[in-house]
Amino acid sequence: MKIDELAQVIAADIPEGAYVNLGIGQPTSIARYLKPDSGVVLHTENGMLGMGEVVPAEEADVDLTNAGKQPVAELPGAAYFHHADSFAMMRGGHLDVCVMGAFQVSADGDLANWHTGAPDAIPAVGGAMDLAVGAKEVWVMMTLFTRTGAPKLVPACTYPLTGKACVTRVYTDVATFLITPGGVRVRETHGLTVEELATRLDVPLLAP
Amino acid sequence: MKTQVTDALTAVQEINDSDTVLVGGFGMAGMPVELIDALIEHGAGDLTIVSNNAGNGDTGLAALIAAGRVRKMVCSFPRQADSWHFDSMYRAGKIELELVPQGNLAERMRAAGAGIGAFYCPTGVGTPIAEGRETRVIDGREYVLEYPIHGDVALIRAHVADRLGNLVYRKTARNFGPVMATAAKLTIAQVSRIVEIGELDPEHIVTPSIYVNRLVEVAP
Repeated sequence: MKIDELAQVIAADIPEGAYVNLGIGQPTSIARYLKPDSGVVLHTENGMLGMGEVVPAEEADVDLTNAGKQPVAELPGAAYFHHADSFAMMRGGHLDVCVMGAFQVSADGDLANWHTGAPDAIPAVGGAMDLAVGAKEVWVMMTLFTRTGAPKLVPACTYPLTGKACVTRVYTDVATFLITPGGVRVRETHGLTVEELATRLDVPLLAP
Repeated sequence: MKTQVTDALTAVQEINDSDTVLVGGFGMAGMPVELIDALIEHGAGDLTIVSNNAGNGDTGLAALIAAGRVRKMVCSFPRQADSWHFDSMYRAGKIELELVPQGNLAERMRAAGAGIGAFYCPTGVGTPIAEGRETRVIDGREYVLEYPIHGDVALIRAHVADRLGNLVYRKTARNFGPVMATAAKLTIAQVSRIVEIGELDPEHIVTPSIYVNRLVEVAP
């Protein structure tokens, strides 16, 4: 499944009227597939509710950007607020869903998405840790395997954590997983059987 | 004390070597570029800078870093496609980095401005950020103890001010401005326009004048 198709799958799962934060990178593309009548309100951590889509350079306003610093549109009903309010909104449990990218997710829902731990890497965390502890639902959007074929859904994260036991769903190009108290449940697969999937992961899988 | 309306270079005269300077902006939105240019001209160095990012491109905070005036960056997201001045200083060991989750950065300054001694926050529990830190379980949930970040000076950008120093902002350029204005001993605001007292609707003022010490008009 291509990233655009995956974005459509996630967009279709976002409840009507939800307040949602889409992380920088791939999750930003989900906004394109939200139905205009869904009533979904997008939050951007730099201080806005009612954020519209990324706009072309000729329509850019330097004072109006998303968390990835791309120029965006303002929708009717938008509201602006300062950073402490924006993160109070996140930490205080007011956001219904956030969708973030990830380097790794563990079977217990631990999230690693800010630092590879490589000695020459410059770490950057941004708002990921606040979102991880704050949103009611933390969904991850990622490829299931790295470029070298290593699984990113793992028994325990080897990269430094962003948050513990926070992820509730993992949307990947190969399958969608639900992280439940009983274990990792496969909700659906795209092109592989659950048995084939199980041979490529070190995580026990519960059938759909 | 009464807000002083002045020019950028005069406004930054009281910034000293080794000061902690809070710099507004999220990327370039809300970045007080002309105040930073004045700080570079003024010459203070060995600074600790608190800002969300570690400079973008070659202007604003990036120029201050490139000029070698920054000893330490306290920020949440230094690494970006256009943070080359910070990247090269950091890799050369010429600049120190304290990485703070973005919400903690904002809340720690909010605490400083509100007279709060410390607070317990759930962000970063179980991550390297919390290693070796004091934690506490409250109602079954674990929290990390976080301390305020006080600034000697805050350099912020707003949209319009009245002569008293009341500020309104524009769109997402508001970001850290209102919080930083409360957290420093000396707050210097750069605005696009200064209007007469009474011209701003009191219901629309975001930063009340009590937090603003110096006001500099820079036409966009």
